[in-house]
Amino acid sequence: MKLREIAHSRTGDKGNISNISLIVYKQEDYALVEEKVTAAIVKEWFSETVHGEVIRYDLPKLGAFNFVMHDALGGGVTKSLAQDMHGKSLSSKLLDLEI
Amino acid sequence: MKTIRIGSGAGYSDDRLEPALEIMEKGNVDYIVFECLAERTIAIAQQRKMKNPDEGYDKLLAYRMEQVLPLCSSEKVKVVTNMGAANPVAAAKLIKEVAEAQNIKGLKIAAVVGDNVFSEIDRYSEESLLENGRKIKDIRSSIVSANAYIGAAGIAEAFDNGADIVITGRASDPSLFLGPLIHEFGWSMDDAELMGIGTMAGHLMECGAQVTGGYFADPGYKDVPELWNVGFPILEIDEKGELLLSKLDTAGGMVTESTVKEQLLYEIHDPANYLTPDVIADFSQAEVQQVEKDVVKVSGGSGKEKSGYFKTSIGYKEGYLAEAEISYGGSGSVERAKLAQDIVSKRLERANVKIDEIRYDLIGQNSLYKDDLGQGDSAKEVRLRVAARTVEPEDAAAVTREVEALYTNGPAGGGGIRTSIKDIVSIGSILIPEKDVSVEVFYSEVL
Repeated sequence: MKLREIAHSRTGDKGNISNISLIVYKQEDYALVEEKVTAAIVKEWFSETVHGEVIRYDLPKLGAFNFVMHDALGGGVTKSLAQDMHGKSLSSKLLDLEI
Repeated sequence: MKTIRIGSGAGYSDDRLEPALEIMEKGNVDYIVFECLAERTIAIAQQRKMKNPDEGYDKLLAYRMEQVLPLCSSEKVKVVTNMGAANPVAAAKLIKEVAEAQNIKGLKIAAVVGDNVFSEIDRYSEESLLENGRKIKDIRSSIVSANAYIGAAGIAEAFDNGADIVITGRASDPSLFLGPLIHEFGWSMDDAELMGIGTMAGHLMECGAQVTGGYFADPGYKDVPELWNVGFPILEIDEKGELLLSKLDTAGGMVTESTVKEQLLYEIHDPANYLTPDVIADFSQAEVQQVEKDVVKVSGGSGKEKSGYFKTSIGYKEGYLAEAEISYGGSGSVERAKLAQDIVSKRLERANVKIDEIRYDLIGQNSLYKDDLGQGDSAKEVRLRVAARTVEPEDAAAVTREVEALYTNGPAGGGGIRTSIKDIVSIGSILIPEKDVSVEVFYSEVL
């Protein structure tokens, strides 16, 4: 199953740091995501573009996680050579993760 | 219990105006906030001001105000905006001229200044940019702007003194919403919990439609009704900090627990420590509750005492960005695009073009994630993109020229070449003590 079936997501950017929220549709899926979608798994999934630390913050009251990915945007929005310099599309890749 | 209503009028610099006007007409709001200033925008505005001291405010200011001012007057709605960009005083002057041209009377306009610390930059020459460690003194000659993120105090003061329209330069986005709350409810800025709640409310509102169903739809998974007609959000908040988010019934979009959660975490790092000039806000214990269709209650926000430092954005020139693209179609399109890439690469190398960094993408294949989530080599159309950063403009021009040369000197059937060269204005940040920044408010009136 892809993560997309049980959760939704939005990406934000600040400088060279990208943050991706991951929010379960149903609270009953929270524990599964908590177990399967670790910071290490996410770092590996984005290994081609994320070169720094990945930290996961847990928000159980919202059924949500916030992944903060350092050195993730090709030097930052203003100098990145990427077509999607904000990394806006990274949330869609996260949801393609198989769990 | 006193309650006020604040509408969002814009969530970014070029945002749509229609939803703002609809809220002013039908939303029964006391205030409307236009958040229009991205990190980079102010650096570019500062360069315009250097060329002409009467310039440097948002380019859409006149367009927006021509339609907003009549509604301010007829519907009794006060305005907060950061459209002052690099020049809030000149922006206030323009607003006054627009009001006079429309024969609108009894308007007090306040310009909040103090964020611009460019003239003081040498005080911080030993400071390093938080993003990459480069020292201010080492990039001094490239710096074009320095703006501290100021807080809600100047905005609240302006309303305390009877302003109808408050225009700022660089202020923290949530502060644009917090300012009216401090004024209306007499909140103490030392009350970290209330500052945290007001900041949370402002954060939810600051991106306009991003909390009402914009940037949310994913057909079959997250369907949004009438997204084409999406409305902007309305905040209803009382003096205790109880708050509801909603939208107009006549507007498209939706306000649900899910749309609110996505926006709450947007551009947040540690949810327990969201730093603004006013407070260290804590969203980590936030809860959302749908109380009726398109109305969500948000609770649990709080905060800790502010850090006493203002994040300050430093804009500096960092060379040129050259971009060029060409499309290939039909069978073999991927092979031809890869051949084109190889050709451009070899020609640039032999011509000894000086390039800091270059990147090749096959749009439709690997341009977003580098790895191949694309259609493989059987794709029936693909677009080669070449992007390069150079120090000198001539080298940027050489890159785009080599892509253009693919018409007659490259693989078969390439078309639709587009090229562009832009100045790169990078943004870095330093922290400066709050006491270094003196916020002042200038007033003008249309009698």
